[in-house]
Amino acid sequence: MNAENLIALLIAAPLLGAAVLLVGGRRLDAAGHWIGTILSTTSFVFGVILFADLLGRNADDRTLMQHLYTWVPVAGFQADVTFRLDQLSMTFVLLITGVGSLIHLYSVGYMEHDERRRRFFGYLNLFLAAMLLLVLADNYLLLYVGWEGVGLASYLLIGFWQHKPSAATAAKKAFLVNRVGDMGLSIAIMLMFTTFGTFAFGPVLSHVTDASEGRLTAIGLLLLLAACGKSAQVPLQSWLGDAMEGPTPVSALIHAATMVTAGVYLIVRSGAIFNAAPDAQLVVTVVGAVTLLFGAIVGCAKDDIKKALAGSTMSQIGYMVLAAGLGPIGYVFAIMHLVTHGFFKAGLFLGAGSVMHGMNDEVDMRKFGGLRKYMPVTFITFGLGYLAIIGFPGLSGFFSKDKIIEAAFAKGGTEGWILGTCALVGAAITAFYMTRVMLMTFFGEKRWQPDEHGHEPHPHESPKVMTIPMIVLAIGSVFAGGFFSIGDRFLHWLEPITGHSEGDSPISAGVVTGATMVCLVIGVGIAYLQYGRRPVPAVAPRGSLLTRAARRDLLQDDFNHVVLVRGGEHLTRSLVYVDHTLVDGVVNGTAAGFGGLSGRLRKLQNGYARSYAVSMFGGAALLVAATLLMRAV
Amino acid sequence: MSFPLLTATAVLPAVGAVATAAVPAARRTAAKWLALLVSLATLVLAIVVMVRFDPGGARYQLTESHAWISDFGVRYELGVDGIAVALLALTALLMPFIILAGWNDADPLETGSKRWRPTQGFFALILAVEAMVIISFEATDVFLFYIFFEAMLIPMYFLIGGFGDRAHAQGEEAASTQRSYAAVKFLLYNLVGGLIMLAAVIGLYTVSGNFSLAEIAQARANGTLHMATSTERWLFLGFFFAFAVKAPLWPLHTWLPNAMQESTAPVAVLITAVVDKVGTFAMLRFCLQLFPEASKWATPTILVLALISIIYGALLAVGQRDIKRLVAYASISHFGFIILGIFAMTSQGQSGATLYMVNHGISTAALMLVAGFLISRRGSRLIADYGGVQKVAPVLAGTFLIGGLATLSLPGLAPFVSEFLVLVGTFTRYPAIGIIATFGIVLAALYTLVLYQRTMTGPVKPAVAAMPDLKARELLVVTPLIVLLIFLGVYPKPVTDIVNPAVKQTMSDVHKTDPKPAVEAAK
Repeated sequence: MNAENLIALLIAAPLLGAAVLLVGGRRLDAAGHWIGTILSTTSFVFGVILFADLLGRNADDRTLMQHLYTWVPVAGFQADVTFRLDQLSMTFVLLITGVGSLIHLYSVGYMEHDERRRRFFGYLNLFLAAMLLLVLADNYLLLYVGWEGVGLASYLLIGFWQHKPSAATAAKKAFLVNRVGDMGLSIAIMLMFTTFGTFAFGPVLSHVTDASEGRLTAIGLLLLLAACGKSAQVPLQSWLGDAMEGPTPVSALIHAATMVTAGVYLIVRSGAIFNAAPDAQLVVTVVGAVTLLFGAIVGCAKDDIKKALAGSTMSQIGYMVLAAGLGPIGYVFAIMHLVTHGFFKAGLFLGAGSVMHGMNDEVDMRKFGGLRKYMPVTFITFGLGYLAIIGFPGLSGFFSKDKIIEAAFAKGGTEGWILGTCALVGAAITAFYMTRVMLMTFFGEKRWQPDEHGHEPHPHESPKVMTIPMIVLAIGSVFAGGFFSIGDRFLHWLEPITGHSEGDSPISAGVVTGATMVCLVIGVGIAYLQYGRRPVPAVAPRGSLLTRAARRDLLQDDFNHVVLVRGGEHLTRSLVYVDHTLVDGVVNGTAAGFGGLSGRLRKLQNGYARSYAVSMFGGAALLVAATLLMRAV
Repeated sequence: MSFPLLTATAVLPAVGAVATAAVPAARRTAAKWLALLVSLATLVLAIVVMVRFDPGGARYQLTESHAWISDFGVRYELGVDGIAVALLALTALLMPFIILAGWNDADPLETGSKRWRPTQGFFALILAVEAMVIISFEATDVFLFYIFFEAMLIPMYFLIGGFGDRAHAQGEEAASTQRSYAAVKFLLYNLVGGLIMLAAVIGLYTVSGNFSLAEIAQARANGTLHMATSTERWLFLGFFFAFAVKAPLWPLHTWLPNAMQESTAPVAVLITAVVDKVGTFAMLRFCLQLFPEASKWATPTILVLALISIIYGALLAVGQRDIKRLVAYASISHFGFIILGIFAMTSQGQSGATLYMVNHGISTAALMLVAGFLISRRGSRLIADYGGVQKVAPVLAGTFLIGGLATLSLPGLAPFVSEFLVLVGTFTRYPAIGIIATFGIVLAALYTLVLYQRTMTGPVKPAVAAMPDLKARELLVVTPLIVLLIFLGVYPKPVTDIVNPAVKQTMSDVHKTDPKPAVEAAK
């Protein structure tokens, strides 16, 4: 059997799981979570087999294609269901199914007491299938199916506890904000179609140079809009914080490790387009730089552990987007950071979930404190993830983030200096807010109180089914970066697809690393002085203007509320009024002018069928008369 | 002479209607079963038509032609092209579900009510509409088409005015008044459209001396029939006006929300999923074919009106408090897409528009019928009266969500394919219009998800706490529709294969070719 025939099975396994679990009904309640976990793992196993197959081939011969069928055949327009497995999609497949399977396992424990656990696993499997479709599609329209498919899974999972109005609202918001981005993808595909007559990767990306730069810039910016929605980049970032309403495994898998990185995938996959559209690239780097600072600042101010991590996710994806905007200097490192981030951020979220599991679902870090004594495994795995994300030397984040900062400087010119500085400042803020999370949660005095029913939380370590995935992810957080960097393994693996160039850095790599370390020390130091040396107040202090703004996501929600929500409500309400009075009135009135119809409309009773029949008869008589007349002439 | 298959597809439901009406008053259930069986048999005939139809063959197939009123050149001429086959199949397919969903909608009310609610009449009228709609899709004689295009108003009038939802907030008296208003409004709007069309039909005859679609189109194509530019435009407008009322196109749409909110859910589906399709179908078949130049002349205006329909309908849907009105405005938005696709005059746009008609029929049926099941449980159409239904009736909520996701054109479900085709087909010729229309997909997500959130999520409202989940009959209605939505979303080829050749014909009728891409990248 040829390896390429396995590609569809990667998607089929979790899709089958979703179908069985969602249609199967209550009789599957007892085993549903294991069915979901096994099918997710099955997909991972297929992924490993395919990976081994790719490794056995030459570096320039690692693209497998599987054509299933013609999906939409219309004159001049053809969309196929064809899958492409190359180094880039392979990387994602392993990340998605690997981290995905671990999180399935974790959820077995985390969702144990939820009566709708089977459905939860159905949605998780649905997510995996859609995400795999997204990265395996060989054309933009099929990618779009996966793109909105993960949006649907995200919607269902954020709103999983939909009896909570806040969860239902957050789910809807996520879908809507993403739809704005999807509009960008939609129009980008149309523009590709009018430009190239197709939207399949192969022909589009190989003919980029034949198209005008204006068109390519437009396509690039539209793709960026799509990426901003999915990857929570400014200005479409507002949904991610609210998405933390979903169960924590969802936050780990979808809103940290995989789905939110789809925007980075889209940009890197479309690299040929961006390479030929420098203006679009510049905007990509700006969006990345702004978001990495934006997310980091928000992350500093949040007391909700998951929202602090969400701010961090936004910021780290900002790094990836920045790297992707740098072109061939940055593509490989964008993806490398994406993978290492997948490990440590998923680990951090699972750790946060473990803390919540032991603390009666409390999320306010001001009510934690000193938890390291009660949950040693969670503490150690979370701690390793923490060291990885701040870029502690030798751990995963150190390698991947450092490379991005170097690449930013290597862009050269004023831009390079500005972007590189933003990335450095971001590193300092990252060290600050993550140290803050660490100190507030695991160090200091215990700050929890009995709830209104007098129940005091009894923090305890989570069961093995939850800690094992955390341990595996912690191992990845420690070693992945180093493993990828030894002998530039990751670079050589991905280079044939993304291309690579060294750029022209005004400062040496050693200086960049040194500066990064200084930033790290500053960030950790300030956080220690503020949260380590002094006791953490149980109630948040008022804070500076910036802190207060950051707590409210830098006022973007307020803006959205006033301009879009309120404005929209006024618009629709006035339109309802206009439709009822004006449009209806004018049309009825015009009709009245012709035939006295409004009088009839008011009478409303009886005789209408008769009058109708009379008009019909009248019409027919008219017709006969006209015909006779014509024949006479 | 071969078996008149097309005639049979219309005669069967017509005879079924008479037979159903004739079932004795006491045998209500027998009447329902009879209607269901007739609709199923019609579906079988429609499938035979589909199988016998050869997409690569002549333009009109399975033709029948008989002299009828020979003095005036009126002939009984039937024939189907791919577009007609697709819509014939849609109509025949939806009918059994409409009947099954409305199984108990026309049962007599409790004693003491004076309402006339004969079960037999309800199902007979539905079958009568089916017969007339089917013959409208098949007629290739303009006069024959006109007669049934108009005649179907009569059974529709009685279906809207005679049968409403069981419970009504303001009491039975008010309900009855509002129903009558809706029915009369429906009738008068469509009647005005019809009369204007009648004038155009007469005009066409005076110019061409003929009612045969094929002959007129032929004569126009080879230049034997000359029409002055202004004549063609006036005739076009006469036809188009009637179809735009029926479709409905902004600003002629206001009858639809009234009609849909007052009728029972199955009848609402009959209106928007089946009857209204005759309007958009006729634009493709009659307007473009008979008046190609005038069609092109009117295109800019029509595109703008369609665009307004899309955005305006969606915004209005956002602002609705009544579930059925919301679906009605969503349909207005969707009809905007269909008309946009037809008049963009590209292969993608027109194939997309035809596919859209089919998909919209199925998706609206799924959403509206489940909404009907919901409304029948609580006795209210107001969104605010619901909340937390998901907790007590998860299957109902799940199917409602799928219907909603189809309405917002989620990729993977059928409507996505058609909507994207319409958008891309519009964009290639009119980029600005294509972009503005794309805003419709955000608004569609808004009205659908807000509806779902307000009715299905949140704390369980006391009034819905005891709401039962879907029953077997209801599941039997919804499940096949959902399966179809998924199937046609994943594999629309069976429909596009039938439709594409007909679209190619229409494109050549209007002498249009698709815009070429800037770079030839496709092989």
